[in-house]
Amino acid sequence: MALLEFDDVSITYHSRGVDVPAVRGVTLSVAAGETLGIAGESGCGKSTLTSTVLRMQPKSATVTGEVRLNGRNVLTLPWGQVRALRWAEASMVFQGAMHALNPVQRVGDQLAEPLVLHNRVSASKAAVRVSELLEMVGLPARSARVYPHQLSGGQKQRVMIAMALACEPQLIVADEPTTALDVMVQAQVLDVLQGLVRELGVGLVFISHDLSVLSTTCDRIAVMYAGRVVEEGPAADVFDHPQHPYATALAGAFPRVGDTRYRYAPSGLPGDPPFPGDLPVGCPFHPRCPGAMDECRMAEPPLLQIGDRRSACLRVHSTGERS
Amino acid sequence: MPSVGTPPAHRGSRSTVRSHPTATYVVRRVIAAISTLIFVVLFNFFLFRVMPGDPIALYTKGRNVDADQIRLLRAALDKPLGEQLLQYLTNPFSAGVDSVKYNAPVWEVIGPHVWPTLLLVGTATLIATTIGVWLGIRSGWNRGGHFDKISTNVTLVLYSMPEFWFGMIILIVFAVGMGPVPGLFPTGGLTTPGVDTSTPAGWLDVAWHLALPVTTLAVIYLAEYSLIMRASIIEEAGQDYLQTARAKGLMDAMVRRRHAVPNALLPTMTLVFLNLGFVVGGAITIEYVFSISGLGSLTVDALSGPDVPLLQALFLLFSAAVIVANLVADLLYGYFDPRVRT
Repeated sequence: MALLEFDDVSITYHSRGVDVPAVRGVTLSVAAGETLGIAGESGCGKSTLTSTVLRMQPKSATVTGEVRLNGRNVLTLPWGQVRALRWAEASMVFQGAMHALNPVQRVGDQLAEPLVLHNRVSASKAAVRVSELLEMVGLPARSARVYPHQLSGGQKQRVMIAMALACEPQLIVADEPTTALDVMVQAQVLDVLQGLVRELGVGLVFISHDLSVLSTTCDRIAVMYAGRVVEEGPAADVFDHPQHPYATALAGAFPRVGDTRYRYAPSGLPGDPPFPGDLPVGCPFHPRCPGAMDECRMAEPPLLQIGDRRSACLRVHSTGERS
Repeated sequence: MPSVGTPPAHRGSRSTVRSHPTATYVVRRVIAAISTLIFVVLFNFFLFRVMPGDPIALYTKGRNVDADQIRLLRAALDKPLGEQLLQYLTNPFSAGVDSVKYNAPVWEVIGPHVWPTLLLVGTATLIATTIGVWLGIRSGWNRGGHFDKISTNVTLVLYSMPEFWFGMIILIVFAVGMGPVPGLFPTGGLTTPGVDTSTPAGWLDVAWHLALPVTTLAVIYLAEYSLIMRASIIEEAGQDYLQTARAKGLMDAMVRRRHAVPNALLPTMTLVFLNLGFVVGGAITIEYVFSISGLGSLTVDALSGPDVPLLQALFLLFSAAVIVANLVADLLYGYFDPRVRT
C-alpha cells in the first residue's frame, strides 16, 4: 500500500456560476520514503491537487475521487480525524515563506505548537525538541527566541521545514519551498530538505515549476498541464528525455551549462496556458504544441502507460506502440 | 546533519551589543511626545493672541468703570509679546492668571470637573471596547453569516448617528418616559443631592445616574470599534500564517484566538487609545445633554465668555490628554507587535 494515493481526483471551483475544473482526473501515488516531484506552470492545478492531502482545499471547491493517506480517504474522514492527522501524519511547507509564520509570535512557540497539540508533550520537553529541530535545519537553537521578521527569507523557510518535521510525519508536501529565495539560499534550503528526507525516510511531494530542481531532488516526476498529468516517470528520464512536448518545453526552459544543445537555443514556450474554465477541444496543449496533428484537435489523449512511464500525447503513443 | 552554509547570526545578537532595541523605541516615543507637547504649548499661546474678542470688554461687562480704569487695565495686559510669553510659560500650572468668570485660579476651577468626565469616558470606553471587539471578531470571522449581517447593519446605523441626537432620544425615552416606558433614570447630574458618595449606596446612586450617558457614549464608540475590528479580522483571515495554523490541526476557534486575534487587535488598540484622548474633550455634547458638570460642560461655559485663561488651560489639558493617549498607544503597540520595536 502506497503512503499517499491520488485516485482519479478532480477538483472544481465554482466562481460566479461558472464551473472551473482546476484538476481533472489525476491518479498518482507516493510510496513511503519516496520523493515525487510535480511540475507545471502556475495555474496548472498542482497546488490545488496537493491541498487535498490535508483537506485544505477551499470550502467552495468540489472534490471527486479519493485521496488516500495510509489507505484512509482523507476526503470523507470526520473533521476530528482530519485535524488529528494534519501535521502528525502529513505536514506542509508552504510557498509563501515570508508570510507563513505568525508575525507576532516567537519562532519557538510556533514550532512547539504542533508538538503540544499532537504529541501532548510538556512545555519544557517541547523546548528541547524545538532546539533539536532548529539545529537539524542548520539554525542556532537561540533562534527560538526571535520573531519571524528578524529572520531572512532563507532562515524563515528553514524554520518552516523544521516545523514540518516537528511531529515526525511520514509525508511532507513542499509547495514551491524555494520560489521566493535567491539561487544560493535556494540551494542551501534544498540541501537541508533533501538531506533530512533521505536521513529520516520521509515521503516527499515536491511542487515546483523548475524541472531542473525536481530532477536533482526527486525519484519520480509528474508534469501537469491544464489540471491533468501529461507525463510521469523516473526523474532523470523525464528531465533528460522528455516525451510529451510540454515536458520537453519545460525541460528546455532550464538550459544546462556545457550542453551544446542549449547554446544557441534558449528555448521558451510561446503562449499562455489555457484558462481552466475554457479549455480548447482536444488536447489542451495543441494550440501551443509545435507538432500538433489533426487528431490532436479532436479528442483529449489519454494518459497511457508505456514501460515505467506514462504520457498523454498521441505522437508518443504511436511511436511507443511501434517500438 | 546535512551540509549547509553557516547561517548568519540573527539580528537580536547584534543589537544587544549596541543598545537595547526596546529601550531605544521607548525613549524615541517619549521624546516625540514631549516635543509635541512643547509645540502645543507654544501654539496655544499664539492662538489666543490672534483670537477675536476684547478681554477688557468682557472683564468690565456690566460694571461701572470709567475710561481711566480701562486704560489702566489695558496697560496691564498690553505688555510686549515676549514678556507675555514668559509669563505664560512660567505659570500655566500655577495660579498666575485667574479665570475671568469664576474669579478663581483656573486649575482650581478645572479640578472638580475632571472626575465626572474621567468616570463617564472611562466606563464608556471599557464597555465599548469589550463589546465592540467581541462583535467585530465574531462577525468578521464568519463574514457574510447571519450574525455578521445583523451586527454590521446595526453598528453602521449606530455609527452614523450623531451622539447628541442619540443621547436626547435615550434621555426622552428612558428618563422622561414615553408611552408604556416609564422614566426609570434621572434626567441629569451625577448624584442625587444630599447622597453621600463614599458609601455603597452612594456608588449605586452614581451608577444609576451614569447609566444613560455611559450607554449613549458606549454605543457610539462600540459601533466604531466593532467595524474596525471586523475589518482587521477580515484582513487577517486571508493571511498565509492562518493557513499554516489550520494545517497544523488546530481547531477553528484556536486558530482565531491564538493567531488571528493577536494580529487583528493591533489597529483597534491604537484607535481606542487615540479616541480616549479625544473623548476627554469630546464628551462635550453628551455632558451637555445629560447636564453632567464635567470638562465638556466647563468648556462650553468658558467658550460662551469667552473666558480666555480658562479656555487656554482647558485646551492645554485636552491636547496633553491626546498626546499622552498617543504615547500609551505607541508603547502598547510596541509591546504587542515585535516588528515595531526592533
